[in-house]
Amino acid sequence: MQRYFHQELEAIRSKLILIGEKANAAACLAVEGFIESDLEKILNALELDDEIDRLEVEIDRDAVRYISLRSPVSSDVRLIFVAIKASHDLERAGDEAHSIAKHTRKILTREGKVPDMVGIETMSRQAFAMLRDALTSFLEEDLELARRIIERDKEVDRINKENFKQLSQGISRDHGEACSKIETIFISKSIERIADHAKNLAEEVTYLLTGK
Amino acid sequence: MSHENTQQSPQEDFAPFIEIKDNYNFWYGPTQVLFDLNLNIPKQQVTAFIGPSGCGKSTLLRSINRMNDLIDGIKHAGDIIVGGQSIYDPSLEVISLRKRIGMVFQKYNPFPKSIYENIVFSLRIAGRNRKSELDDVVERSLRGAALWDEVKDRLHESALSMSGGQMQRLCIARAIANNPEVLLMDEPCSALDPIATGKVEELIHELKKDFTIVIVTHNMQQAARVSDRTAFFYLGKLIEYDVTDNIFMNPLSEQTEAYVSGRFG
Repeated sequence: MQRYFHQELEAIRSKLILIGEKANAAACLAVEGFIESDLEKILNALELDDEIDRLEVEIDRDAVRYISLRSPVSSDVRLIFVAIKASHDLERAGDEAHSIAKHTRKILTREGKVPDMVGIETMSRQAFAMLRDALTSFLEEDLELARRIIERDKEVDRINKENFKQLSQGISRDHGEACSKIETIFISKSIERIADHAKNLAEEVTYLLTGK
Repeated sequence: MSHENTQQSPQEDFAPFIEIKDNYNFWYGPTQVLFDLNLNIPKQQVTAFIGPSGCGKSTLLRSINRMNDLIDGIKHAGDIIVGGQSIYDPSLEVISLRKRIGMVFQKYNPFPKSIYENIVFSLRIAGRNRKSELDDVVERSLRGAALWDEVKDRLHESALSMSGGQMQRLCIARAIANNPEVLLMDEPCSALDPIATGKVEELIHELKKDFTIVIVTHNMQQAARVSDRTAFFYLGKLIEYDVTDNIFMNPLSEQTEAYVSGRFG
């Protein structure tokens, strides 16, 4: 029997998808802004942060309301629990996108153009695909997809370490260039963290679907 | 803690349909059971009365359609207004009041008659016997109670052959046959299993589109699920009354908090 309040669970699920899409959009815009030295994309990425924060607060509030008023059990409890954790991960992914955008803005303000893009493009492609797939695994309740994402995190970690090595070795006495390279290390680290959040989300989806 | 401070919430942005006012008090003989109640109940919403046994919630519910008049030695002070008219207006006949206010009881109580005759019983008493009218009322009432599809092929079988959940929904159908303005429900699910309870709760959710519903329940989860507003009573006093979200998520009174979280007593 479908109860009238089950629509409220669907609404929570929809908001979780929405915050995921916004976090992904912010991350993509920020990295595109970095790769294309496009300040407008950076500004658009920064604007998304408030919306993402607001959605996280809404999801938490809706989840607490559902627990208080609807006495959920079993998979409904898991969904609520996952909604709270996943919205936090997605909000943090949004924070990392915000951070990427801010560092890129500093580089562009100083140099007009990103001097060394190292492996950011490849790395971000992989990290953001993980994020999108984690959302898809949640939406489509695809346990296999969720499990495969967890493995993919290692490759993003490897590229991040490689970026660090390459950028730190090349840091010169030129203050401006050194700063841009350090900013790029931060950007690389943020992308790596986005992949971590995608991995967390995949683990949360696994829990949602299996109870383990 | 002060009861007076928490009795009425500031969030009251509706025109009341039922007003319990002028410090409503109620006595069974020498025993006072309701104390200085004032609360406004909105139209076409579900209002739940909750509280431990003996808190007066059923007495108050039964006051609204003057069901307590059947008991000797009762006395009240204050007033109750339903749809703009005092229920104690001397020119008002109690029978006509009860036509405007349907009631559903804890234990389903169909008459030992057919499903059809249960629903048209009050119409027949009023001398309305035209078959086409009765047929219409039976279909409308059973549809309204989400029972039509289950019983339309056996309307003339005994109501006592139905399951408990169906009998309770038949009692709801009987209560809405007269097109009342208000439905009072006194523990309507306490004798039902969880599936039948779920169906009645779904029904309550649908019925509020047409009726103003007041429900007494011991089941706090049920109050949280079905009601728009909740009133918490203790020892005959209204401790807190607010939108249900606030009562269950952030009540003002410590007593309400203790009761809804199961720490009471």
